[in-house]
Amino acid sequence: MIAAGEPAPDFTLRDQDGEKVSLADFRGRKLLLVFYPGDFSPVCGDQFSIYQEVKPEIAAKGVELVGISVDSFFSHQAFREKLGIDTTLLSDFEPKGEVARAYGSYVEEMGFANRTLVLVDEDGIVAWTYESPNPGEFPGANVIFDALG
Amino acid sequence: MTDLTSAEVPPIGPEDHVRGEGEGLVVYTDLGCPHCAGAWLELRARPNRLVFRHFPLASKHPRAPALHAAAEAAGAQGQFFAMVDSLYADRGRVDDPHLWERARELGLDLERFEADRRSAAVAERVRRDFQSGIRAGVTTTPAVYSLR
Repeated sequence: MIAAGEPAPDFTLRDQDGEKVSLADFRGRKLLLVFYPGDFSPVCGDQFSIYQEVKPEIAAKGVELVGISVDSFFSHQAFREKLGIDTTLLSDFEPKGEVARAYGSYVEEMGFANRTLVLVDEDGIVAWTYESPNPGEFPGANVIFDALG
Repeated sequence: MTDLTSAEVPPIGPEDHVRGEGEGLVVYTDLGCPHCAGAWLELRARPNRLVFRHFPLASKHPRAPALHAAAEAAGAQGQFFAMVDSLYADRGRVDDPHLWERARELGLDLERFEADRRSAAVAERVRRDFQSGIRAGVTTTPAVYSLR
């Protein structure tokens, strides 16, 4: 797992609309990367539903929240529609899980990322991380606000 | 700015919706959630002081905010739990005409019910419960806590 103080590994991934998004696009802003196992799992749905409800408060802290999983961007599109959320979801699809691996979040034996939160500061440095004990649990939004202060 | 950092589940207070006697069970629940509806039937049958706290997830259940507001508005006329029971008992009829029908059946002043359920005070009351649930780390509904 990547640690606070390390430079966040750069990436370029497609979002739910197929548009390319890079870490560098967020330079000058705080970014919360939410690695998660996969679209349409019950737990992932709850996680993004909860985070959606407090999105204004997260934005008020100057932070943009972005989800990343190994699903295709078509899947992300459908997942967003099903949940009724507008969170940007990035597709770590090909090579599968490459970005999750770079951040130390990938679980090889399962073939997807563990639930991991990575806060990247304005300069592209990891400011804080959180890794769930297992993919079946996700951190409540309070954990995010504790980190944001 | 709203503080959503971690905090204990707030103790049972005068603002809470409380039914029954005995050991306190605080439930953060979503009126649009089918799991919550099933759990509600079981919880309300227990010999406990049951405390209802609002936890609507609008993205997941788009009608949830309207249903929670309706329960609060019914509560202003002394029928909070009657409205909650009604909403959970019949989840297929949750549009506005259905809410008016429920309000009539409960003997509510419909004009007042309409004004109250759309008021900022009601929205803020629901949001206060929701925020206390967020601070307590609620990640799914229903979330039940035992409090004395």
